[in-house]
Amino acid sequence: MLYAIFCYNDEKVTSAWSREEDAACMAALGAVQEGLKARKTLGPVARLMPTTAAVTLRKGKGEPLVIDGPFAETKEQLLGFYVVDCADLEAALQIARDLGVANPTGAYEIRPMMLFDPGTGIAALNR
Amino acid sequence: MNDPNWIDHALTAARPEAVAALLRYFRDLDIAEEAFQDACLRALKTWPANGPPRNPAAWLIMVGRNAAIDGVRRRAKQVALPDEAAISDLDDTEAHVAEALDSADYRDDVLRLLFICCHPDIPATQQIALALRIVSGLSVKQIARAFLVGEAAMEQRITRAKAKIAQSGVAYGAPGPVERAERLSAVAAMIYLVFNEGYSATGETIAARAPLCDEAIRLARLLLRMFPSEPEIMGLTALLLIQHSRSAARFDADGAIILLEDQDRTRWDRKAIGEGLALIDKAMRHRSPGPYQIQSAIAALHARAPGSAETDWAQIERLYASLEHFQDSPVITLNRAVALAKVDGPAAGLALIAPLEPRLSSYFHFHGVRGAFLMQLGRRAESRAAFDRAIALAGTAAEAAHIRQNIDRMMQEAAK
Repeated sequence: MLYAIFCYNDEKVTSAWSREEDAACMAALGAVQEGLKARKTLGPVARLMPTTAAVTLRKGKGEPLVIDGPFAETKEQLLGFYVVDCADLEAALQIARDLGVANPTGAYEIRPMMLFDPGTGIAALNR
Repeated sequence: MNDPNWIDHALTAARPEAVAALLRYFRDLDIAEEAFQDACLRALKTWPANGPPRNPAAWLIMVGRNAAIDGVRRRAKQVALPDEAAISDLDDTEAHVAEALDSADYRDDVLRLLFICCHPDIPATQQIALALRIVSGLSVKQIARAFLVGEAAMEQRITRAKAKIAQSGVAYGAPGPVERAERLSAVAAMIYLVFNEGYSATGETIAARAPLCDEAIRLARLLLRMFPSEPEIMGLTALLLIQHSRSAARFDADGAIILLEDQDRTRWDRKAIGEGLALIDKAMRHRSPGPYQIQSAIAALHARAPGSAETDWAQIERLYASLEHFQDSPVITLNRAVALAKVDGPAAGLALIAPLEPRLSSYFHFHGVRGAFLMQLGRRAESRAAFDRAIALAGTAAEAAHIRQNIDRMMQEAAK
């Protein structure tokens, strides 16, 4: 079984970390990831930019609406995610709009990534 | 994650909201700060055993408010304190307070707290000191160190600034849209001042003052979280992030400034630049340009270029021209002239700055830029005179040294 693990924390708290504290945390996480990579059980790893860098494409009737900030409607749950490579926000929004045509309800949060590691492959998938 | 300082971080993170709400209840900065301190002491006692509350800010506001009310009562008639356990047991009420907080008044509370630090009667340096003390929660000692003054002198400045605020009266009602926009603009300017205070440090003062840049970015992010659809706040945050991204490349081993075109761009912080660029992308969608957005767009063009030669100077020149529409400043025209000279040559730059002479005759950079244009045009005697004038006006040894380098280069060229 493949699992996605999503990291949640209070941004107000993580932005109170000093650069050194942030680096120390990333190094400690990196060490755990190295172990998983050695066991061929780690796929892509991403760190997202703060929610202030995000926009949300709200789907529904008519033209989808682009709202500043993260998607924070607690009635709906995170169901999956895509990683796309785009020149700028407009290009990313266009992909979200195209996806929205195929799946016209709910919303897509478009959040830039700070770090992306595609992983070294999961052994079980290569069999 | 395993964060040994989690309580400190949670208290720092909750501070602006908590102090701002306590200020609304008590309408007195000293009482609000003291109430917050009391709440922090109780948090240090109870959180290690119980874990953090669901909403730390709501917990601190509730406990701080109770502690301050107790203090007032105690002073009034020496009544017994309520049971500590009764105050700490907030599970039922916490959610209610959090709900009340999660609204527009809480946003206006924090804006008000930031705004009172920008009181026009308070000098800029004191505004910054006050914001760092009250909103960021830096100690007087830390602030004194950043401003290179003694602790007692800084304490006195902050006390004086607070007294001025208390005298002048603060509007506690919910601000209207115009007033809110005015407050936002004053607060953005103050945050930019905090950043510049850190960014302008050189030599031995870098270590003491550089943390102000991080504080300014934290304040800008706080403002952006509260006003997520304000393109100018996106622009401000982007500007600070991109400028700060160069911090590792801005100084040589002696603490002297390395100019943008000579910096080792591999040492620029690409994560900070990436976040800045993302914010600019968002801001552009609003089609409502402003000075911070334009300045951040200029910074972004530098950040995107692999080197000075590959920089899109034509676009930078256009951006400075649009900045001139917002701010009538000869310094902006001077910057535009530098970009224009890269595109159309030094003669064009020289022509653009000629009318600025009366307003900038005692400005170091004016003579430095003018000298450089004249040097490129081969007008050595005039260039030398401009450079000498610049050296006479140099504010730091590093500025003078940079001009002397130009003179040396020109002498070498002449000798060839």
